[in-house]
Amino acid sequence: MVKLKDFFCKFYVAIIMLFLYAPIMVLIVSSFNSSKSRVLWGGFTLEWYQQMLNSSIVIGALRNTVVLAVGSAFFATIIGLLASIGIDAMRKKEFSIVMSITNIPMLNADIVTGIAMMLLIFRFMPLGFSSIMLAHITFNIPYVILNILPRFNQMDISTYEAARDLGAGPVTSFFKVVLPDIIPGIVAGFFMAMTMSMDDFVITYFTKGAGVNTLSTMIYGQIKKGIQPTMYALSTMIFAVTILLLITINLITLPKKSGKNKPR
Amino acid sequence: MKRKYIALPYLIWMTAFIVLPLVFVAYYAFTTKAGGFTLSNVFAIFDSLHIKATILSLGLSLSCTVLCLLVAFPLALVLRRIHLNHKGLIIIILILPMWMNSILRILALQMILSKNGILNMILEWLHLAPVEIINTPAAIILGMVYDYLPYMILPIYNSVMDIDQDLIDASSDLGARFGYRLRHVILPLSKPGIISGITMVFIPCLTSFVIPDILGGGKIQLLGNVIEQEFITSMNWNLGAGLSFALLIFVIIGLIFTQKHETKYKESRVW
Repeated sequence: MVKLKDFFCKFYVAIIMLFLYAPIMVLIVSSFNSSKSRVLWGGFTLEWYQQMLNSSIVIGALRNTVVLAVGSAFFATIIGLLASIGIDAMRKKEFSIVMSITNIPMLNADIVTGIAMMLLIFRFMPLGFSSIMLAHITFNIPYVILNILPRFNQMDISTYEAARDLGAGPVTSFFKVVLPDIIPGIVAGFFMAMTMSMDDFVITYFTKGAGVNTLSTMIYGQIKKGIQPTMYALSTMIFAVTILLLITINLITLPKKSGKNKPR
Repeated sequence: MKRKYIALPYLIWMTAFIVLPLVFVAYYAFTTKAGGFTLSNVFAIFDSLHIKATILSLGLSLSCTVLCLLVAFPLALVLRRIHLNHKGLIIIILILPMWMNSILRILALQMILSKNGILNMILEWLHLAPVEIINTPAAIILGMVYDYLPYMILPIYNSVMDIDQDLIDASSDLGARFGYRLRHVILPLSKPGIISGITMVFIPCLTSFVIPDILGGGKIQLLGNVIEQEFITSMNWNLGAGLSFALLIFVIIGLIFTQKHETKYKESRVW
Protein backbone atom coordinates (compact mmCIF):
# COMPACT_ATOMS: atom_id res chain seq x y z
CA MET A 1 0.00 0.00 0.00
CA VAL A 2 2.75 2.40 0.98
CA LYS A 3 4.72 1.37 -2.12
CA LEU A 4 1.74 2.07 -4.35
CA LYS A 5 1.34 5.50 -2.77
CA ASP A 6 5.03 6.25 -3.30
CA PHE A 7 4.70 5.20 -6.92
CA PHE A 8 1.80 7.61 -7.46
CA CYS A 9 3.76 10.38 -5.76
CA LYS A 10 6.75 9.91 -8.04
CA PHE A 11 4.46 9.60 -11.05
CA TYR A 12 2.85 12.94 -10.16
CA VAL A 13 6.25 14.65 -9.90
CA ALA A 14 7.30 13.10 -13.22
CA ILE A 15 4.15 14.35 -14.99
CA ILE A 16 4.72 17.91 -13.82
CA MET A 17 8.38 17.81 -14.79
CA LEU A 18 7.32 16.57 -18.23
CA PHE A 19 4.87 19.47 -18.50
CA LEU A 20 7.56 22.00 -17.51
CA TYR A 21 10.31 20.56 -19.70
CA ALA A 22 8.46 19.30 -22.81
CA PRO A 23 8.50 22.69 -24.60
CA ILE A 24 12.21 23.01 -23.83
CA MET A 25 12.83 19.58 -25.35
CA VAL A 26 10.90 20.66 -28.45
CA LEU A 27 13.09 23.76 -28.78
CA ILE A 28 16.33 21.82 -28.34
CA VAL A 29 15.27 19.25 -30.95
CA SER A 30 14.19 22.05 -33.31
CA SER A 31 17.63 23.61 -33.13
CA PHE A 32 19.09 20.47 -34.76
CA ASN A 33 16.23 19.99 -37.24
CA SER A 34 17.22 20.66 -40.86
CA SER A 35 13.58 21.08 -41.92
CA LYS A 36 12.33 24.63 -41.49
CA SER A 37 8.80 23.34 -40.96
CA ARG A 38 8.45 23.49 -37.25
CA VAL A 39 6.87 20.14 -36.55
CA LEU A 40 8.34 17.69 -39.06
CA TRP A 41 11.78 16.16 -38.62
CA GLY A 42 14.03 16.64 -41.65
CA GLY A 43 17.31 15.22 -40.40
CA PHE A 44 20.10 16.33 -38.12
CA THR A 45 21.98 19.54 -38.89
CA LEU A 46 24.30 22.06 -37.28
CA GLU A 47 23.52 24.64 -39.95
CA TRP A 48 21.55 26.93 -37.60
CA TYR A 49 24.43 27.06 -35.14
CA GLN A 50 26.77 28.03 -37.95
CA GLN A 51 24.34 30.70 -39.26
CA MET A 52 23.91 32.05 -35.75
CA LEU A 53 27.65 32.52 -35.26
CA ASN A 54 27.93 34.26 -38.63
CA SER A 55 25.06 36.69 -38.10
CA SER A 56 26.22 39.97 -36.61
CA ILE A 57 22.60 40.89 -35.72
CA VAL A 58 22.12 37.74 -33.66
CA ILE A 59 25.51 38.11 -31.97
CA GLY A 60 24.67 41.75 -31.21
CA ALA A 61 21.40 40.77 -29.53
CA LEU A 62 23.20 38.04 -27.60
CA ARG A 63 25.83 40.54 -26.44
CA ASN A 64 23.14 42.99 -25.32
CA THR A 65 21.30 40.25 -23.43
CA VAL A 66 24.41 39.01 -21.64
CA VAL A 67 25.76 42.48 -20.82
CA LEU A 68 22.32 43.43 -19.45
CA ALA A 69 22.02 40.26 -17.38
CA VAL A 70 25.50 40.37 -15.86
CA GLY A 71 25.67 44.16 -15.56
CA SER A 72 22.24 44.65 -14.02
CA ALA A 73 22.78 41.71 -11.64
CA PHE A 74 26.16 43.16 -10.60
CA PHE A 75 24.84 46.65 -9.84
CA ALA A 76 21.67 45.29 -8.25
CA THR A 77 23.75 43.06 -5.98
CA ILE A 78 25.93 45.94 -4.78
CA ILE A 79 23.00 48.30 -4.18
CA GLY A 80 20.93 45.47 -2.71
CA LEU A 81 23.72 44.37 -0.34
CA LEU A 82 24.20 47.91 0.98
CA ALA A 83 20.43 48.25 1.25
CA SER A 84 20.13 45.00 3.21
CA ILE A 85 22.83 46.04 5.70
CA GLY A 86 20.96 49.27 6.34
CA ILE A 87 17.43 47.88 6.25
CA ASP A 88 18.34 45.20 8.80
CA ALA A 89 19.17 47.97 11.30
CA MET A 90 15.92 49.85 10.77
CA ARG A 91 13.17 50.13 13.31
CA LYS A 92 9.87 48.36 12.67
CA LYS A 93 8.07 51.34 11.16
CA GLU A 94 10.84 52.35 8.74
CA PHE A 95 11.41 48.71 7.94
CA SER A 96 7.85 48.08 6.85
CA ILE A 97 7.67 51.27 4.74
CA VAL A 98 10.91 50.48 2.90
CA MET A 99 9.99 46.82 2.42
CA SER A 100 6.52 47.68 1.09
CA ILE A 101 8.08 49.92 -1.56
CA THR A 102 10.73 47.28 -2.30
CA ASN A 103 7.97 44.76 -2.97
CA ILE A 104 6.34 46.99 -5.58
CA PRO A 105 8.45 46.02 -8.64
CA MET A 106 8.02 42.34 -7.80
CA LEU A 107 4.30 42.38 -7.21
CA ASN A 108 3.36 45.06 -9.69
CA ALA A 109 2.40 44.00 -13.18
CA ASP A 110 5.41 43.96 -15.52
CA ILE A 111 3.54 46.02 -18.08
CA VAL A 112 2.88 48.80 -15.55
CA THR A 113 6.51 48.75 -14.34
CA GLY A 114 7.72 48.90 -17.94
CA ILE A 115 5.40 51.73 -18.91
CA ALA A 116 6.19 53.68 -15.73
CA MET A 117 9.94 53.42 -16.37
CA MET A 118 9.43 54.42 -19.99
CA LEU A 119 7.38 57.51 -19.08
CA LEU A 120 10.02 58.60 -16.54
CA ILE A 121 13.15 57.95 -18.60
CA PHE A 122 11.63 59.40 -21.78
CA ARG A 123 11.32 62.75 -19.96
CA PHE A 124 15.03 63.00 -19.24
CA MET A 125 16.89 61.08 -21.93
CA PRO A 126 16.31 59.18 -25.18
CA LEU A 127 15.40 55.51 -24.80
CA GLY A 128 18.22 53.16 -25.69
CA PHE A 129 20.48 50.59 -24.12
CA SER A 130 21.08 52.48 -20.87
CA SER A 131 17.36 52.90 -20.25
CA ILE A 132 16.95 49.10 -20.38
CA MET A 133 19.89 48.76 -17.99
CA LEU A 134 18.33 51.20 -15.49
CA ALA A 135 15.04 49.31 -15.64
CA HIS A 136 16.69 45.93 -15.19
CA ILE A 137 18.74 47.08 -12.19
CA THR A 138 15.55 48.45 -10.65
CA PHE A 139 13.49 45.29 -10.95
CA ASN A 140 16.46 43.13 -9.88
CA ILE A 141 17.25 44.90 -6.59
CA PRO A 142 14.19 43.48 -4.74
CA TYR A 143 15.22 39.90 -5.60
CA VAL A 144 18.70 40.57 -4.22
CA ILE A 145 17.35 42.14 -1.01
CA LEU A 146 14.90 39.29 -0.45
CA ASN A 147 17.73 36.78 -0.77
CA ILE A 148 20.18 38.62 1.51
CA LEU A 149 17.90 39.99 4.25
CA PRO A 150 16.85 36.59 5.70
CA ARG A 151 20.56 35.76 6.09
CA PHE A 152 20.96 38.72 8.44
CA ASN A 153 18.04 37.42 10.49
CA GLN A 154 19.58 33.97 10.79
CA MET A 155 23.00 35.40 11.61
CA ASP A 156 24.25 35.47 15.17
CA ILE A 157 24.98 39.15 15.84
CA SER A 158 27.21 38.29 18.81
CA THR A 159 29.98 36.99 16.51
CA TYR A 160 30.16 40.47 14.98
CA GLU A 161 30.17 42.06 18.43
CA ALA A 162 32.90 39.66 19.55
CA ALA A 163 35.05 40.68 16.59
CA ARG A 164 34.52 44.35 17.47
CA ASP A 165 35.35 43.70 21.14
CA LEU A 166 38.55 41.97 20.09
CA GLY A 167 39.63 45.16 18.35
CA ALA A 168 38.57 44.69 14.71
CA GLY A 169 37.13 47.78 13.01
CA PRO A 170 33.59 47.73 11.62
CA VAL A 171 34.78 47.23 8.04
CA THR A 172 37.18 44.40 8.91
CA SER A 173 34.57 42.72 11.09
CA PHE A 174 32.09 42.95 8.25
CA PHE A 175 34.39 41.34 5.71
CA LYS A 176 35.81 38.71 8.06
CA VAL A 177 32.76 37.79 10.12
CA VAL A 178 29.50 38.93 8.52
CA LEU A 179 30.26 38.42 4.84
CA PRO A 180 31.05 34.67 5.04
CA ASP A 181 27.66 34.17 6.69
CA ILE A 182 25.66 36.04 4.08
CA ILE A 183 27.61 35.06 0.97
CA PRO A 184 25.14 32.27 0.00
CA GLY A 185 22.39 34.90 -0.03
CA ILE A 186 24.50 37.20 -2.18
CA VAL A 187 25.25 34.44 -4.68
CA ALA A 188 21.60 33.36 -4.80
CA GLY A 189 20.49 36.98 -5.24
CA PHE A 190 22.97 37.57 -8.06
CA PHE A 191 21.90 34.39 -9.82
CA MET A 192 18.22 35.18 -9.40
CA ALA A 193 18.78 38.71 -10.72
CA MET A 194 20.58 37.37 -13.78
CA THR A 195 17.77 34.88 -14.41
CA MET A 196 15.10 37.58 -14.18
CA SER A 197 17.00 39.87 -16.53
CA MET A 198 17.56 37.07 -19.06
CA ASP A 199 13.92 36.02 -18.98
CA ASP A 200 12.42 39.50 -19.13
CA PHE A 201 10.56 40.60 -22.20
CA VAL A 202 7.85 43.08 -21.20
CA ILE A 203 9.95 45.67 -19.36
CA THR A 204 12.69 45.55 -22.00
CA TYR A 205 10.08 45.93 -24.74
CA PHE A 206 8.77 49.19 -23.29
CA THR A 207 12.09 50.74 -22.21
CA LYS A 208 14.20 49.90 -25.26
CA GLY A 209 14.99 52.46 -27.91
CA ALA A 210 14.65 51.84 -31.63
CA GLY A 211 17.38 49.62 -33.03
CA VAL A 212 18.39 48.11 -29.70
CA ASN A 213 17.45 44.45 -29.40
CA THR A 214 17.81 41.76 -26.81
CA LEU A 215 17.11 38.12 -27.49
CA SER A 216 13.52 38.45 -26.26
CA THR A 217 12.61 41.50 -28.31
CA MET A 218 14.29 40.03 -31.39
CA ILE A 219 12.27 36.82 -31.08
CA TYR A 220 9.07 38.83 -30.51
CA GLY A 221 9.77 40.80 -33.68
CA GLN A 222 10.08 37.57 -35.66
CA ILE A 223 6.79 36.00 -34.54
CA LYS A 224 4.72 37.37 -37.42
CA LYS A 225 7.28 36.51 -40.12
CA GLY A 226 8.12 33.15 -38.59
CA ILE A 227 10.90 32.39 -36.14
CA GLN A 228 14.36 31.83 -37.59
CA PRO A 229 15.79 28.47 -36.47
CA THR A 230 18.93 30.36 -35.41
CA MET A 231 16.89 31.52 -32.40
CA TYR A 232 16.40 27.90 -31.32
CA ALA A 233 20.14 27.33 -31.70
CA LEU A 234 21.02 30.43 -29.68
CA SER A 235 18.59 29.60 -26.85
CA THR A 236 19.75 26.01 -26.72
CA MET A 237 23.32 27.23 -26.43
CA ILE A 238 22.45 29.62 -23.57
CA PHE A 239 20.52 26.86 -21.83
CA ALA A 240 23.42 24.42 -22.16
CA VAL A 241 25.94 26.97 -20.88
CA THR A 242 23.69 27.65 -17.86
CA ILE A 243 23.42 23.97 -16.99
CA LEU A 244 27.18 23.53 -17.31
CA LEU A 245 27.75 26.59 -15.10
CA LEU A 246 25.33 25.31 -12.47
CA ILE A 247 26.94 21.86 -12.43
CA THR A 248 30.40 23.43 -12.06
CA ILE A 249 29.25 25.70 -9.24
CA ASN A 250 27.63 22.75 -7.49
CA LEU A 251 30.69 20.57 -7.85
CA ILE A 252 32.84 23.30 -6.34
CA THR A 253 30.53 24.11 -3.42
CA LEU A 254 29.00 20.70 -2.70
CA PRO A 255 31.84 19.06 -0.69
CA LYS A 256 31.86 21.99 1.73
CA LYS A 257 28.09 21.97 2.07
CA SER A 258 27.66 18.28 2.78
CA GLY A 259 30.13 18.58 5.64
CA LYS A 260 28.23 21.45 7.21
CA ASN A 261 24.62 20.43 6.61
CA LYS A 262 23.02 18.23 9.20
CA PRO A 263 21.03 15.38 7.72
CA ARG A 264 17.34 15.92 8.33
CA MET B 1 27.69 56.61 11.50
CA LYS B 2 24.46 54.77 12.07
CA ARG B 3 24.18 51.48 10.23
CA LYS B 4 20.84 52.24 8.63
CA TYR B 5 22.35 55.09 6.60
CA ILE B 6 24.20 52.49 4.52
CA ALA B 7 20.85 51.92 2.81
CA LEU B 8 20.86 55.53 1.59
CA PRO B 9 22.00 54.80 -2.02
CA TYR B 10 19.16 52.32 -2.31
CA LEU B 11 16.64 54.71 -0.77
CA ILE B 12 17.58 57.31 -3.39
CA TRP B 13 17.38 54.71 -6.17
CA MET B 14 14.05 53.49 -4.83
CA THR B 15 12.57 56.97 -4.81
CA ALA B 16 13.86 57.80 -8.27
CA PHE B 17 13.06 54.56 -10.06
CA ILE B 18 10.21 52.93 -8.15
CA VAL B 19 8.15 55.76 -6.67
CA LEU B 20 8.72 58.51 -9.24
CA PRO B 21 7.79 56.37 -12.30
CA LEU B 22 4.46 55.56 -10.65
CA VAL B 23 3.89 59.28 -10.10
CA PHE B 24 4.48 59.72 -13.84
CA VAL B 25 1.89 57.04 -14.63
CA ALA B 26 -0.59 58.85 -12.39
CA TYR B 27 0.24 62.18 -14.06
CA TYR B 28 -0.35 60.82 -17.58
CA ALA B 29 -3.43 58.94 -16.40
CA PHE B 30 -5.17 62.04 -15.07
CA THR B 31 -4.31 64.43 -17.88
CA THR B 32 -5.37 64.83 -21.49
CA LYS B 33 -2.95 65.15 -24.37
CA ALA B 34 -3.27 68.93 -24.08
CA GLY B 35 -2.42 68.80 -20.38
CA GLY B 36 -5.81 69.39 -18.75
CA PHE B 37 -7.16 67.30 -15.87
CA THR B 38 -9.42 64.39 -16.72
CA LEU B 39 -10.83 61.23 -15.18
CA SER B 40 -11.88 59.67 -18.47
CA ASN B 41 -8.61 57.78 -19.05
CA VAL B 42 -8.92 55.82 -15.82
CA PHE B 43 -12.65 55.24 -16.13
CA ALA B 44 -12.14 54.09 -19.72
CA ILE B 45 -11.67 50.65 -18.21
CA PHE B 46 -15.45 50.52 -17.80
CA ASP B 47 -16.06 51.31 -21.51
CA SER B 48 -17.95 48.58 -23.29
CA LEU B 49 -14.82 48.10 -25.40
CA HIS B 50 -12.49 47.53 -22.44
CA ILE B 51 -14.81 45.97 -19.87
CA LYS B 52 -14.98 42.81 -22.00
CA ALA B 53 -11.20 42.51 -21.96
CA THR B 54 -11.12 43.25 -18.23
CA ILE B 55 -13.70 40.59 -17.35
CA LEU B 56 -12.04 38.04 -19.63
CA SER B 57 -8.64 38.84 -18.11
CA LEU B 58 -9.99 38.47 -14.58
CA GLY B 59 -11.69 35.18 -15.49
CA LEU B 60 -8.65 33.66 -17.18
CA SER B 61 -6.26 34.78 -14.41
CA LEU B 62 -8.56 33.40 -11.77
CA SER B 63 -8.78 30.02 -13.55
CA CYS B 64 -5.03 29.97 -14.00
CA THR B 65 -4.40 30.79 -10.34
CA VAL B 66 -6.81 28.11 -9.11
CA LEU B 67 -5.28 25.51 -11.46
CA CYS B 68 -1.75 26.41 -10.37
CA LEU B 69 -2.80 26.10 -6.74
CA LEU B 70 -4.46 22.72 -7.35
CA VAL B 71 -1.28 21.43 -9.01
CA ALA B 72 1.30 23.08 -6.76
CA PHE B 73 -0.04 22.30 -3.30
CA PRO B 74 -0.22 18.50 -3.78
CA LEU B 75 3.19 18.68 -5.48
CA ALA B 76 4.69 20.38 -2.43
CA LEU B 77 3.19 17.70 -0.16
CA VAL B 78 4.46 14.96 -2.46
CA LEU B 79 7.96 16.46 -2.58
CA ARG B 80 7.96 16.55 1.20
CA ARG B 81 6.71 12.97 1.38
CA ILE B 82 9.26 11.39 -0.96
CA HIS B 83 12.02 13.16 0.98
CA LEU B 84 13.26 15.15 -1.96
CA ASN B 85 14.44 17.68 0.56
CA HIS B 86 17.50 18.84 -1.24
CA LYS B 87 15.98 22.31 -1.37
CA GLY B 88 18.59 23.78 -3.69
CA LEU B 89 18.04 21.11 -6.33
CA ILE B 90 14.26 21.55 -6.41
CA ILE B 91 14.63 25.31 -6.69
CA ILE B 92 17.12 24.96 -9.53
CA ILE B 93 14.88 22.50 -11.39
CA LEU B 94 12.01 24.99 -11.17
CA ILE B 95 14.06 28.06 -12.12
CA LEU B 96 16.05 26.44 -14.92
CA PRO B 97 13.25 26.69 -17.55
CA MET B 98 13.50 30.49 -17.24
CA TRP B 99 16.91 30.26 -18.90
CA MET B 100 15.21 29.16 -22.09
CA ASN B 101 13.70 32.30 -23.55
CA SER B 102 10.11 32.70 -22.33
CA ILE B 103 8.64 33.72 -25.68
CA LEU B 104 10.29 30.74 -27.38
CA ARG B 105 8.88 28.44 -24.73
CA ILE B 106 5.38 29.74 -25.41
CA LEU B 107 5.99 29.27 -29.14
CA ALA B 108 7.08 25.70 -28.43
CA LEU B 109 3.85 25.17 -26.53
CA GLN B 110 2.06 26.44 -29.63
CA MET B 111 3.93 23.83 -31.73
CA ILE B 112 2.80 21.15 -29.29
CA LEU B 113 -0.83 22.26 -29.13
CA SER B 114 -1.44 23.34 -32.73
CA LYS B 115 -3.85 21.51 -35.02
CA ASN B 116 -1.14 19.43 -36.71
CA GLY B 117 1.08 19.71 -33.67
CA ILE B 118 3.04 17.23 -31.64
CA LEU B 119 0.26 16.48 -29.16
CA ASN B 120 -2.17 15.58 -31.92
CA MET B 121 0.48 13.48 -33.67
CA ILE B 122 0.93 11.48 -30.47
CA LEU B 123 -2.84 11.19 -30.00
CA GLU B 124 -3.24 9.99 -33.59
CA TRP B 125 -0.50 7.42 -33.08
CA LEU B 126 -2.37 6.19 -30.00
CA HIS B 127 -5.60 6.10 -32.09
CA LEU B 128 -7.20 8.76 -29.89
CA ALA B 129 -9.32 11.70 -30.97
CA PRO B 130 -7.34 14.90 -31.67
CA VAL B 131 -7.81 17.95 -29.44
CA GLU B 132 -8.37 21.41 -30.83
CA ILE B 133 -7.59 23.91 -28.15
CA ILE B 134 -5.19 26.24 -29.95
CA ASN B 135 -6.59 29.80 -30.35
CA THR B 136 -9.12 29.27 -27.56
CA PRO B 137 -9.18 30.70 -24.03
CA ALA B 138 -8.31 27.18 -22.80
CA ALA B 139 -4.98 27.34 -24.64
CA ILE B 140 -4.27 30.72 -23.04
CA ILE B 141 -4.99 29.31 -19.58
CA LEU B 142 -2.72 26.34 -20.27
CA GLY B 143 0.05 28.69 -21.42
CA MET B 144 -0.35 30.83 -18.31
CA VAL B 145 -0.26 27.77 -16.04
CA TYR B 146 2.84 26.59 -17.86
CA ASP B 147 4.61 29.93 -17.55
CA TYR B 148 3.67 30.81 -13.96
CA LEU B 149 3.46 27.41 -12.22
CA PRO B 150 7.02 27.70 -10.77
CA TYR B 151 6.01 30.97 -9.08
CA MET B 152 3.24 29.09 -7.28
CA ILE B 153 5.30 25.99 -6.47
CA LEU B 154 8.33 27.76 -4.95
CA PRO B 155 6.68 29.70 -2.10
CA ILE B 156 4.29 26.83 -1.24
CA TYR B 157 7.14 24.32 -1.32
CA ASN B 158 9.17 26.60 0.97
CA SER B 159 6.44 26.87 3.59
CA VAL B 160 5.44 23.19 3.38
CA MET B 161 9.07 22.15 3.88
CA ASP B 162 9.31 24.42 6.93
CA ILE B 163 6.49 22.60 8.75
CA ASP B 164 7.83 20.73 11.75
CA GLN B 165 7.30 16.97 11.28
CA ASP B 166 6.69 16.69 15.05
CA LEU B 167 3.51 18.76 14.69
CA ILE B 168 2.16 16.42 12.02
CA ASP B 169 3.19 13.34 14.02
CA ALA B 170 1.59 14.75 17.16
CA SER B 171 -1.71 15.40 15.39
CA SER B 172 -1.77 11.90 13.91
CA ASP B 173 -0.86 10.39 17.29
CA LEU B 174 -3.80 12.23 18.74
CA GLY B 175 -6.01 10.53 16.18
CA ALA B 176 -6.33 13.10 13.40
CA ARG B 177 -6.92 11.49 10.02
CA PHE B 178 -5.29 12.74 6.81
CA GLY B 179 -8.15 15.04 5.84
CA TYR B 180 -8.33 16.57 9.30
CA ARG B 181 -4.54 16.96 9.50
CA LEU B 182 -4.54 18.65 6.10
CA ARG B 183 -7.24 21.12 7.06
CA HIS B 184 -6.20 21.94 10.59
CA VAL B 185 -2.43 21.52 10.61
CA ILE B 186 -0.79 21.55 7.18
CA LEU B 187 -3.01 24.08 5.42
CA PRO B 188 -2.85 26.81 8.12
CA LEU B 189 0.92 26.42 8.39
CA SER B 190 1.45 26.75 4.64
CA LYS B 191 -0.87 29.75 4.33
CA PRO B 192 1.91 32.37 3.93
CA GLY B 193 3.33 30.41 0.99
CA ILE B 194 -0.09 29.95 -0.59
CA ILE B 195 -0.93 33.65 -0.31
CA SER B 196 2.40 34.70 -1.75
CA GLY B 197 2.02 32.14 -4.55
CA ILE B 198 -1.43 33.48 -5.42
CA THR B 199 -0.15 37.06 -5.75
CA MET B 200 2.89 35.93 -7.73
CA VAL B 201 0.65 34.16 -10.26
CA PHE B 202 -2.53 36.22 -10.40
CA ILE B 203 -0.99 39.61 -11.19
CA PRO B 204 1.31 38.52 -14.05
CA CYS B 205 -1.58 36.51 -15.52
CA LEU B 206 -3.87 39.50 -15.39
CA THR B 207 -1.51 41.57 -17.51
CA SER B 208 0.30 39.17 -19.81
CA PHE B 209 -0.04 40.05 -23.46
CA VAL B 210 2.47 37.74 -25.12
CA ILE B 211 0.68 34.52 -24.15
CA PRO B 212 -2.74 35.61 -25.50
CA ASP B 213 -0.97 36.97 -28.60
CA ILE B 214 0.62 33.61 -29.41
CA LEU B 215 -1.79 31.01 -28.05
CA GLY B 216 -4.97 33.00 -28.64
CA GLY B 217 -4.13 33.58 -32.29
CA GLY B 218 -4.42 37.35 -31.87
CA LYS B 219 -8.21 37.12 -31.72
CA ILE B 220 -8.57 37.18 -27.96
CA GLN B 221 -7.93 40.58 -26.37
CA LEU B 222 -6.88 40.76 -22.75
CA LEU B 223 -6.19 43.83 -20.63
CA GLY B 224 -2.45 43.58 -21.36
CA ASN B 225 -3.07 43.55 -25.13
CA VAL B 226 -5.31 46.63 -24.88
CA ILE B 227 -2.71 48.60 -22.91
CA GLU B 228 0.12 47.52 -25.19
CA GLN B 229 -1.80 48.63 -28.27
CA GLU B 230 -2.60 52.03 -26.75
CA PHE B 231 1.11 52.62 -26.21
CA ILE B 232 2.70 51.00 -29.25
CA THR B 233 0.09 51.12 -32.03
CA SER B 234 -2.31 53.97 -31.20
CA MET B 235 0.35 56.08 -29.44
CA ASN B 236 -2.31 57.27 -26.98
CA TRP B 237 -0.07 57.34 -23.90
CA ASN B 238 -2.63 59.07 -21.70
CA LEU B 239 -5.28 56.42 -22.27
CA GLY B 240 -2.65 53.68 -21.88
CA ALA B 241 -1.46 55.21 -18.62
CA GLY B 242 -5.08 55.55 -17.44
CA LEU B 243 -5.73 51.85 -18.03
CA SER B 244 -2.41 50.99 -16.35
CA PHE B 245 -3.44 53.10 -13.38
CA ALA B 246 -6.72 51.22 -13.13
CA LEU B 247 -4.67 48.02 -13.23
CA LEU B 248 -2.45 49.39 -10.49
CA ILE B 249 -5.54 49.79 -8.32
CA PHE B 250 -6.29 46.07 -8.78
CA VAL B 251 -2.71 45.33 -7.75
CA ILE B 252 -2.95 47.54 -4.65
CA ILE B 253 -6.20 45.83 -3.61
CA GLY B 254 -4.34 42.53 -3.96
CA LEU B 255 -1.44 43.88 -1.91
CA ILE B 256 -3.66 45.05 0.94
CA PHE B 257 -5.18 41.57 0.95
CA THR B 258 -1.69 40.03 1.21
CA GLN B 259 -0.42 42.40 3.88
CA LYS B 260 -3.44 41.60 6.03
CA HIS B 261 -2.61 37.93 5.90
CA GLU B 262 1.09 38.40 6.49
CA THR B 263 1.63 36.46 9.69
CA LYS B 264 5.32 36.89 10.39
CA TYR B 265 6.28 40.39 9.53
CA LYS B 266 10.00 40.11 9.00
CA GLU B 267 9.82 36.94 6.98
CA SER B 268 7.86 38.05 3.96
CA ARG B 269 9.86 36.25 1.37
CA VAL B 270 8.95 35.19 -2.09
CA TRP B 271 11.03 32.11 -2.66
